[in-house]
This record gives sequence, structure tokens and C-alpha cells, in this order.
Amino acid sequence: MTPLIETKKLTHVYSAGTPFEHVAVEDVDFSASRGEFIGIIGHTGSGKSTFVQHLNGLLKPTSGSVLVEGEEIFSSPGRIRQVRSKVGLVFQYPEYQLFEETVRADIAYGPKNMKLDKEEIERRVLEAADFVGLEPELLDKSPFDLSGGQKRRAAIAGVIAMRPDVLILDEPTAGLDPRGREEIIYNIRRYHAAVNGTVIYITHSMEDIARFATRLVVFSKGHIALDGPPAQVFRHVEELERIGLTVPSVAKVMSILKQRGLPVEDGVYTVDRAVEVLLGLKGGVAGA
Amino acid sequence: MNIIQTEKLVFSYDPESEGEPILKSLDIGIASGSFVAVLGHNGSGKSTFAKHLNGILLPTGGKVWIDGMDSADEEKLLDIRRTVGMVFQNPDNQIVANVVEDDVAFGPENMGVPSEEIRRRVDEALKDVGMYEYRTHAPHLLSGGQKQRVAIAGIVAMRPRCIVLDEPTAMLDPAGRREVLDTVHRLNRELGITVVLITHHMDECIGADRLIVMSDGEIIADGTPKEVFPRVELMRHNGLDVPATVGLLYALKKRGCDVPLDALTVEECAEALYQYFKGDRKA
Amino acid sequence: MLKDITLGQYFPGDTVVHRLDPRTKLILTILYIVLLFIAKSYVSYGLVFLFLVICIALSRIRLKAILSGLKPLVVLILITAILNLFYTRGERLLVSFWRIRIYWEGVRTAAVMALRIMMLITGTLLLTYTTSPLQLTDGMEKLMNPLKKLHVPVHELSMMMSIALRFIPTLIEETDKIMNAQKARGAEFDTGNLIQKAKAMLPLLVPLFISAFRRADELATAMESRCYHGGEGRTKMKVLKMAGRDWIALGCGAALLVLTILLRRLGL
Repeated sequence: MTPLIETKKLTHVYSAGTPFEHVAVEDVDFSASRGEFIGIIGHTGSGKSTFVQHLNGLLKPTSGSVLVEGEEIFSSPGRIRQVRSKVGLVFQYPEYQLFEETVRADIAYGPKNMKLDKEEIERRVLEAADFVGLEPELLDKSPFDLSGGQKRRAAIAGVIAMRPDVLILDEPTAGLDPRGREEIIYNIRRYHAAVNGTVIYITHSMEDIARFATRLVVFSKGHIALDGPPAQVFRHVEELERIGLTVPSVAKVMSILKQRGLPVEDGVYTVDRAVEVLLGLKGGVAGA
Repeated sequence: MNIIQTEKLVFSYDPESEGEPILKSLDIGIASGSFVAVLGHNGSGKSTFAKHLNGILLPTGGKVWIDGMDSADEEKLLDIRRTVGMVFQNPDNQIVANVVEDDVAFGPENMGVPSEEIRRRVDEALKDVGMYEYRTHAPHLLSGGQKQRVAIAGIVAMRPRCIVLDEPTAMLDPAGRREVLDTVHRLNRELGITVVLITHHMDECIGADRLIVMSDGEIIADGTPKEVFPRVELMRHNGLDVPATVGLLYALKKRGCDVPLDALTVEECAEALYQYFKGDRKA
Repeated sequence: MLKDITLGQYFPGDTVVHRLDPRTKLILTILYIVLLFIAKSYVSYGLVFLFLVICIALSRIRLKAILSGLKPLVVLILITAILNLFYTRGERLLVSFWRIRIYWEGVRTAAVMALRIMMLITGTLLLTYTTSPLQLTDGMEKLMNPLKKLHVPVHELSMMMSIALRFIPTLIEETDKIMNAQKARGAEFDTGNLIQKAKAMLPLLVPLFISAFRRADELATAMESRCYHGGEGRTKMKVLKMAGRDWIALGCGAALLVLTILLRRLGL
């Protein structure tokens, strides 16, 4: 099966040929299929943001290629336009891009650029608003009158309204409190379940992503350092810490317990799983 | 004496209206030299509270005393601001100058400190936050954590007795967050500066002397982190969470394990679990 | 893309030119511009050019930096030159076809004008390359101090200017970000006719303005909480002091001015 999106030997060099030359991404081979929920982790400067901006053609690779459904995306300007709606990219703090008079018009901006007809646009606006949990009565308000969390969700709806097969989100919960964070995550998971596309979720925080990603890709120094299901990636607690990432506390606790000789399995990173594993030591019943 | 003391502090943007005030009769005293974390979800009133501590906002009811000065006394405003310095969320929007050291000098310059004395203070403040090597750099080329440390240095150079930080890490990555927290803890420990840290990250509160939890303009919990975090239901009910360590211990406790809930750090938590489960090692 | 703009950039350094008091540099730059306009002969142009070359050499600014500073203005220089080339009438006709007549005088004026603009820009570039924006505003504030008596808000103006300079890179970066975000939603900024292009800018400009206002608001609060209360009672960490080299530089400038005026009198 052809992967939905793929990069081959992707390399990006900033300011090539100047004293400021900087290789942000080097020889990255990556592919993602329908149904995957991928967490991309890496600290600032690891190349992850540069990498994802290639996936919808905002950046052109210095060398290597990007393919969507098996087809090169830089083959023609028309192809890039098509890819932009297929691969939706939500930037960090997306609420800063809101500009229309009403939330409805703002969400409609993407579909309008796709030259869809009126009814279709309206349908998509309602659908996208529903996906992010914005009540219909908010649609006629000015986006600037919404609360912080609502603005964020309206901005995400603006990308979802293009119905992208691949939805990329860069730190979508940055700056939100736990409640706001949960809302966003819940909505993204709902979208993922509904459209059977690919979600690529970029974050610094492994604590969040560990709970729902089917696969983690760890970036470091412009390369992919680790790639696999969370349980497999969290077996490498030391390597992750060496890269400078904050490993979920639960994974750290479990790794210490193992080091001290408790027979717990590797790669436990969620509270629920840890409880099961630990209770298992007691034969499944506490106090036995 | 408490460096900060609020007395039935009430605040509302529109006092005439019938609506609920943002701050509802807060009585908070903050001891000189302490490290206090204020935790709350968005809209809990924690930032509004912070803005009362150096006269950016004035109470619509009650009083705020800063080192014995009434914050509503206009004559004392500058004295209050040099006693309590403020660091804000967005590092970009609080840096005034295009060279690091010039920015740090901004506060002392406003206070009319003599030139040579400013130079001395700026150098010291930059060393205190570990940014001395960057003194001639342009702020916009620094990382978020570095910018925020420059902002902190700008306050330290004013030689305040207390620093209030209003969600200083909300826009930073984990590395920047750690830099800022380490810096603030060091200032508290080594220079004895009182720190009030406003945040919604539970993990940042673990090292504080005292944790105040706010919700809807009221204090819902106040004590050491070890006293507050074990109240898991209260925290979750108010849209907050607890550190994952406590979350794990709490989940085990609910399943009948007799583990303590106040093992906050990873090491403490691992130790508590080890003690509880070590007897059950399968041969 | 937008980040590549070099105009107004500062290259830190520790040369004589860098260490000159910003007031000296400002006065010399003004003097230099005046010289460019009163110079009439090759000899006097040569002198001014020599002055510029010496300054550049002393500042150790690389020629590449100056060329890249001139680049954005190439079109302007070319247009000026071409207009002068075609519209100057004279006596020695060089080329004549259809309705176009090019005279020797036209060639001369075009060259002189192009050279003059380039020298003008190079001179100001040298000022901004070797003087930090803060020093520059400081210098202007000091030079304009006498205007305070006429109730000109000198301190406020210079504060506004230095803040504007501080936020230019931040806003450029932000423009880039918003542009990319809107492109990801299918925006196209470089196609269509003029009206379509102007319309396409709206999704960029609205967020940019809103953000600028938000920043201004937050900055004002931050400044106030750092005890800012206008220029009164304010001290400075870096006090401007005129040193021996400043007087020497100003002396050279004055001598050059006198010389150029004399040459002009002599018809050279």
C-alpha cells in the first residue's frame, strides 16, 4: 500500500552558502499511513518544525522529496495548492492568525480558497465547528470576543474545514491550562477517529502524547533518533533524557523500580498501565 | 512581617455591575524570603491577583499592603514597584531595548540610579541569571528561556525584595522552563528574594515552600505542596491536575494499596512504591 | 525572505568608527550629505569619495555588506539614471533614433546622479552599520535637547524610536509566521491583479495589527512596572562623552566642508 505521506532523504539547509549556514534536517526518511496518530517529539532546534513545514510544501527541500499518495508535491504550482488542502497544518498559537469579522467567515477562509461552492463551504464550516466543539451560536460572534481556548479551537477549525487527510498540529495545547488542554486533545482524537486520516502531533510534552499516540517519532539534531510505538520508545528512558527530553514521570518511576530489582516490564508510561503492572506484583489484589 | 499582605481584597473590572467579582475577598499574607506558588486554571483570578502586587491594578474593595505601604497610595507607587518587581508571560513584550545589557539597565535608569552604580547592578544581575556572556547580544536572537532570564535580570537590577512572575514559563519549551525555574529558585535561595510564582503547571510548584490554589477568585487550598497535592479530588474537581507521581499513587490507593500520597518527586515516588512492593518480588 | 533585509542593521565592532560618539557620527553624516549636494566638480566629488572610502576602511565594514545594503535600491538608482539619461538635453548628441535622443550631458548627469545616490546610501549605511540603534536614538535625543525648550517631546520621541527599532525584527518574524499560517489555509499572496493582491493582504495585515496593539499594551504595562515615568529624573547607564577622537573627526569634517566650499568658489 502506498503511504499517505512520505519523505525520501529530505534535507533542508538554511542560508546555504553564507556564514549562517545551518542544516536543520538531514536525510530524513519518513512515511505515514492512514489511521496513524503520530507524535513528533523533539526539543527546540531539533528540526521537527522545519520538517513538518515540508509536508504541505511551505518549505522546499534543499534535496530529497516529499510525496503525498505516492506523488511528488513540488511537481507543479497546482499540485502544491492541492496538497495544501490535503495536508492541513495548524501552527503554534494559531489564534494569532484569526482575522475575519465572524468566526464563521474565518473558518470558511480555507474552503473558500479551495474554490468550493457556497453550500459546501457552509456544510464544512458547521462540520469543523462541531469537530472542535464550538457551539453554533458562537459562529456569528467576532473571533476576538471568544475566550482563549475558544479562539484556539476556532483557529484549528479553520484548518479542519479543508478536510485534510493529514492533519498536522504544532503544539496545539501550548499555554492552555489542564482543562483547555484536555478539550483540545479530546477534539483532535475525535477528528482522527471520524476521518480515518493521519494526525501528526508535534509536542515537547511526552506526558500528553504518550497517552494517545499510536507511534512516536523522536527528532534530534535534524535526524529521527527513535521511531516506534510509545511502549517501545519509552524503553529508552536514558537515551531520551540524553537528547534532552522530559520523559513522563511514570516512565521514570517505573524505570527506577526496575533498576532496583522489581520485576516490572519495560516501557510502561501511563498511570493506568503502571497500576495494572504494580498490582500484578501482588497477584492482582492489593493487600494479598 | 509579611512583605505582602492583602486584606479582604476584592476586584472587579466593573464594580457597578451585579456580576461576580474576579477576586472575592482574598486574605493572603506572604512571608518575606519565602517561595510561594499560586496555581489555578485560566480565569481563576491568579493573574489578576498578581497584578495587584505592584500596583498595576488597584483593589476595588479591601487593601493590599506591600512592605507596609498601601498600594492605593499614589505617592508610594514607585516605591512599591521597586519593592515588588514583575515578570510577565511573553518575554518578547517586556524587553524594551535591542541590546541585552541596555534592557537590564532600563529599570535602574528609571529609578535615577547613578551611571556607575547601574553598570555594576546590570553586570551583577546578568551574572545572577547566568546571561552575562550574552550582555551585548540582541534579545530577539535569544531562545525563549534566555529572553525570560534577561527579563528577570531587568527586575533583579532594580534590587527588589520580591519578584512576582506571572506565568513566566507558559510560552517556553521544557528546557527554557527548567532554566527559568532554576534561576528563580537560586535567586530565592542565594539572594533571599521573595518569589511569587503564578503558574498552571503543577510540576513547577513541587519545589515551592508554599502552594496556594485559586479557583473562581477564591483560595481553595493553601499549604505546603506535600499538604496540597494529596487532595487529588479537590484539585481535579477544579479543573486542575496533580503531578503524575501523585496521580499514580492515588490510583494505587484507590485500588487498596496503602501508599503515601505526598511523595511528589520521581525519586520519592519510586522509593515509596519500592518500599510497598518490594516484599512481593516473585522469585 | 523578509529576514534578509539589511537596512538599518548594526554590525557590532570595536573600530575607531564604532567608538565615535553617535553625535559625532550623526553630525558627520549630515555634513557628508551636504557635501554631496554642494560638490560640483570631479575634484570635489573625488574628495568626498575619498572621505567615504577612508571611513569605510577605518570601520572594517566589508564591501559585501555595503553592496547587499545597496541591493534593494538598485531599481531606484536605475530609474533615476535612465530618466536623467533620456530627459537631459545638451549639445553633444550621441545617439538619435525614433524619438530618443541621448546627449553626452545626459550620460554625464545620469552617472553623476547614480553615483550621488549610491554615495548617499553608502554613507547612511555606514552610520547604521557602525552605530547601535540605541546609541543612535541616544545621540539624536542629545542633539535635539535644545528643542525641549520649545516643548518638543524629545525624550518621548527618542523612546518611541528605540522601541520601534526593537520591535522591527519581532514583527518581521511575526509577519513570516502569519503568512505561512495563511498559506497553509490556501492563501496566495503573489497572484492576481493589484486589487486581488491588496485583498489577499487582509488576512496578513489584520492579525499583524492586532498583535502589534497587544504587544504595545503589554509592553506599556511592563515598562510601567519597571518604574518608567517619562524622562524626568531618569539616568543613563551609558553616558555619551565626547572624546579627543570625536573632536578630531569633527575637525576633519569641518576642514572638508571649508575645502569644498573654496573649490566651488574657484569653480572647481
